[in-house]
Formats: sequence, structure tokens, C-alpha cells
Amino acid sequence: MTDVLTVADLRAGYAGSTVLDGVDLSVPAGSFVALLGRNGAGKTTFMHTVMGLVKPYSGSVLVAGRELAGAATHTVARSGVAIVPQGRRVFAPLTVAENLGLAARRGARTWTLERVYELMPRLAERRGHRGDQLSGGEQQMLAIGRALLREPRLLLLDEPSDGLAPAVVDQVAELLEGLRGEGIAAVLVEQDLHLAFRLADEVAVMQKGRIVHRGPTADFRADRTRAHALLGVG
Amino acid sequence: MSAAERTQAVDGIRPRRTAGKAVVAVAVLLLLAAAPLVLGAYPVSTMTRILAFAVLVLSVDLLTGVTGLPTLGQAAYFGAGAYTAALVGIHLTSDASVQLLAGLVAGLVTAALTGWVAVRARGVVFLMLTLAIGESVHQVADTWSVVGASNGLAGMPPITLFGGPPLLAAGFVYWWVLAAAVVVFAAVALVVRSPYGRTLRGIRDNEARMRALGYRPALARYGVFCLAGAVAGTGGALWAAHARFVSPGDLGFEVAALALLSVVIGGAGSLWGPCLGAALVLLVRDNLSAAVGGHGPLVLGLVFVAVVFLLPRGVAGLAAGIRRRKEGLS
Ligand SMILES: Nc1ncnc2c1ncn2[C@@H]1O[C@H](COP(=O)(O)OP(=O)(O)OP(=O)(O)O)[C@@H](O)[C@H]1O
Ligand SMILES: [Mg+2]
Repeated sequence: MTDVLTVADLRAGYAGSTVLDGVDLSVPAGSFVALLGRNGAGKTTFMHTVMGLVKPYSGSVLVAGRELAGAATHTVARSGVAIVPQGRRVFAPLTVAENLGLAARRGARTWTLERVYELMPRLAERRGHRGDQLSGGEQQMLAIGRALLREPRLLLLDEPSDGLAPAVVDQVAELLEGLRGEGIAAVLVEQDLHLAFRLADEVAVMQKGRIVHRGPTADFRADRTRAHALLGVG
Repeated sequence: MSAAERTQAVDGIRPRRTAGKAVVAVAVLLLLAAAPLVLGAYPVSTMTRILAFAVLVLSVDLLTGVTGLPTLGQAAYFGAGAYTAALVGIHLTSDASVQLLAGLVAGLVTAALTGWVAVRARGVVFLMLTLAIGESVHQVADTWSVVGASNGLAGMPPITLFGGPPLLAAGFVYWWVLAAAVVVFAAVALVVRSPYGRTLRGIRDNEARMRALGYRPALARYGVFCLAGAVAGTGGALWAAHARFVSPGDLGFEVAALALLSVVIGGAGSLWGPCLGAALVLLVRDNLSAAVGGHGPLVLGLVFVAVVFLLPRGVAGLAAGIRRRKEGLS
């Protein structure tokens, strides 16, 4: 199977400091890869560098075979990459409908506004409300809906469960699970290991800006001592 | 009230509020249109100037309030429109609609030529760049003999409309300026509500997110900068149609600062609030100044400080607050 994303020897950081120190990571079409790692490992920086929001020092970012390292963010976005950012970042002064309208594409085939509302009826109910009047869970739904309307081939999910109550995490998990049959590939950064294991086909672990482990979720799950060593958790 | 009920309640309020707004808008329009029938020539002349200035203020609100780009450069495009309209009036035709179009194009072209660099900056840097643009254009007007240099451009004949006789009475010029200002206001309001306006508000809130959705904020900002230039140029043409004299003072720093002040006082982003602000600012500067011994600018400064502290979201914010309290939602 071909890869949607192939990152090779990617180096990036802020104002000269190095956060990503030679990252190699590939994501096969249609599969979910969990990207795990301690706080400050560089996971968000990785997402932002793929998205073009942080400019890489060197390395390669291939999206569906096209070199996009250092490309403008809108170019990456138009190549079929969408991000659900850490902290959700919905447009606070805009209504739910406007938030979604900004992401909707003309001539959308798979992800129309109707379909997003159908999938997340809560958003339909609140379509006239401002982004900052939503609960955390609703904002997360909105951020996911916004990304889906871009009709992405690759979804970058940065801690979608962060700050959500367990019941709401479950809703988000169901929602994301439902995407697996849609041919969308995803990189999922997640602190909630249960959620990561439930959704991901493979697990990659980042440490100090490098990928130090990569393998099927089941193997990683089975070897608790290694998981503990890599993540510092049980 | 459950969440669903609240949603319904909000939806139920919407149409009534829209209808209420329409009634207020029509009433205001009728009052404005009837003004020359009951008022003397001097107040009508004052109102004409306020309307032309309000069109400039509208362009500042489009940039500052809607897109989040505080500007001190719009007087340059206002001036470009005013001078061009005056030149057309003196040398080509007294037809006000031709002058208006010429002013619009002049504002648009001047903004298109000067804006490309400015829109790459944000915040204070943008403010400084627009200030520099404003001062440069002012300098040109002040020294270029073709436009009368520091003497300004005098001798513009009275405007005509659709081949009719010259409009000498203040009331007729007022009606022309009012009609044009209303059309510009409606056009700007439509733009703000359009998908493009939504894009501008998105950029104002979070530019990086807009990029991640495939947008190019610099392009969208350049577009609104040109549009605001056209609006300001139209305001300038209306100003010239009434004053029949244009001088470098009309596009100086003071005008730019007063326009920005009007937006702050009225409530940035609401369009109608800044128009009220425009009226207040011009009235204080031109009519109240004598009564307070020429201390108009001081009064404006105090009003500004008071608004910043008491009404952080301007007159429009105050109105929204009252409305919310009435509906018991706050
Ligand atoms: N905008 C920034 N400017 C400078 N340094 C930054 C910036 N953002 C992150 N960093 C630094 O880069 C390093 C990696 O941060 P990053 O946010 O990528 O980590 P993370 O793995 O996403 O962490 P978390 O799990 O807490 O979200 C940290 O040391 C952080 O301080
Ligand atoms: Mg992070």
C-alpha cells in the first residue's frame, strides 16, 4: 500500500533551537498511527511542521508523493492535510455555522455540511451559537467537523481527548472510529492510551525529537515493560 | 431552560430582531431624507459633511473593526478620491455620478498600489505603515502644483445629476450624498455578511487556523484593503461634491486620526456605530469647538478616554448590552 505521508530526517524548531532532531515517520493510506511521547517531546511541533506552520530546517515531507517540506501552509492544506489542533482553536467570535462554512469546500463529494450535522447533531442544534459559547466537547466536535469538511486524505489529530469528560471522550472516540472506514489516514497524538490503542493500527513513540519506536498497536500493548520504559507510564 | 429550548428561544428571537432592525433602519432613513425639508441650509450642510466623512469612517471600520487592522492611512485614499473628483469636476464634467466613479477608482487604485506591502504587516507595524502612506500622500498633495499644492484645488463648479441643472441648493447636494452614502453602507454591510466577510472575521480571530484551512490571509487582506480604498475614495468624492474645494488638510493626519477615533467611539465592527461616531466627532470638532473656546480636540480627547474606559466596545457595544439585558440572556 502507498503512504499518504512520508517524513524523512525532518529537523525543525524555534528560533534556532532544535525540537525535531531527524524524525522519520510514514503513514500508510487509510491507517491510523498513534504518535505518543512525553510532554515536550515535540509532537505538536511535528504536526505543525508537517502543516507548514513551523518551517523545517531540513528534511523531507511527502504528502501523497508530493514534496511539501517548507511549503506554505495553505499549499499543504490544499494537498489534503487537515489538522485538529491541540486546544481545539475554533473561531471564537464566529458561529458554529460560520466555523463550518469557512472549512466547507465547493463541490464537496464525501463531506458535506449536511453529513457533518448528521454525524454530530449537537452541532446542528447549536449552529447559531458562537464558538466560545460551546462546551469543550462541542468545541472538539466542531474542530473535527471543520477538519472533515476539508475532505482530507490525512488528518492530524492533536490530543482530541484533552480536557474532556470520560463520557465525551467516548463520543469523540466513536466519531473517530467511524472515520476509519472512510479511507482517511490519521496521525493521532494522544495522552489517553486507551483511546490511542482503541483507534490506532500502529504506534510510534517520540522522544526528544526522534522516533524511537514504531510497530503494530497490539505488539506495543502486549509488551508493558517496553511501553513503560518508552513512555514512563504503566 | 434546557439547552434545546434555549436554542429554540434564540432562533425564535432572530426574525423579530431582524424585523426590528429593519423598522429602525427605515425610520432613520426617512428622518435623514426629510431633514432638508425642516432644517436650514447650515445644519443641512453640516449633515452633508458628516455623511461624506461617515463613508470614510466606514472604510476604516471595514479594516479596523471587521478585519482587525487599525489604520491611519485611509485619509490618503479619501484625499485621492476628493482630488480626483475635483479635477474631473473642473476639467471634464460636472456630472456627480462620473465624479463619484472617478473618486472610487482613484481610491481603489491608490490603495492597490500602496497596500501590498502594508497588508503583510499586522498590529502596530501595520498602523505605522499606513501612517507613512498617509503622510507621503499628504506630502504629494501639499507640494504638487497640478493639484494646487498647499493652496488646494478651488473652482470646482456645482455638481449636476443626469444632465439636469447645477445643484445649487444645499438640500439637493445633501440628497445626492445621502443616497450615495446609503448605497455604500448597504454594499459594505453585504460584504461583511458574505462568505468573504466571514473569511475576514476568521482572519481577524486566528490567522494560522485560516491558513490551515487553505486560505491565504495576505490575499484576503489585500482585497479588503483595496475595497476600503474604494470606499474611502467614494467618501472623498462626496466630500468634494459638497465642499467644491479640496486642500491637503482634507487628507492629513488629523482626518485619519478622527476617522479612527470615530470607529473606537462608535464600536469597531458594527458599521452603524462608527457612523454615529463620525457624527459626534465632526460635530465636536466643527460646531462645539467654538463654544468651548477652540478646545474641540481636547474635548475629543476626553471623549476618547471616557469611551475606552466606560464603553470598551463603543456605542454599538452599549446597545448590544441593553438588548441582551432586555431579553434576559445576560
Ligand atoms: N512556539 C514555540 N516557541 C518556542 N518553543 C516552543 C514553541 N512551541 C513549543 N516549543 C518548545 O518545543 C518543545 C516541544 O514542544 P511541543 O509542543 O512540540 O511538545 P509536545 O510533545 O506537543 O508536548 P505536549 O504533550 O505537552 O503537548 C518544548 O520544549 C517547547 O518548550
Ligand atoms: Mg502538544
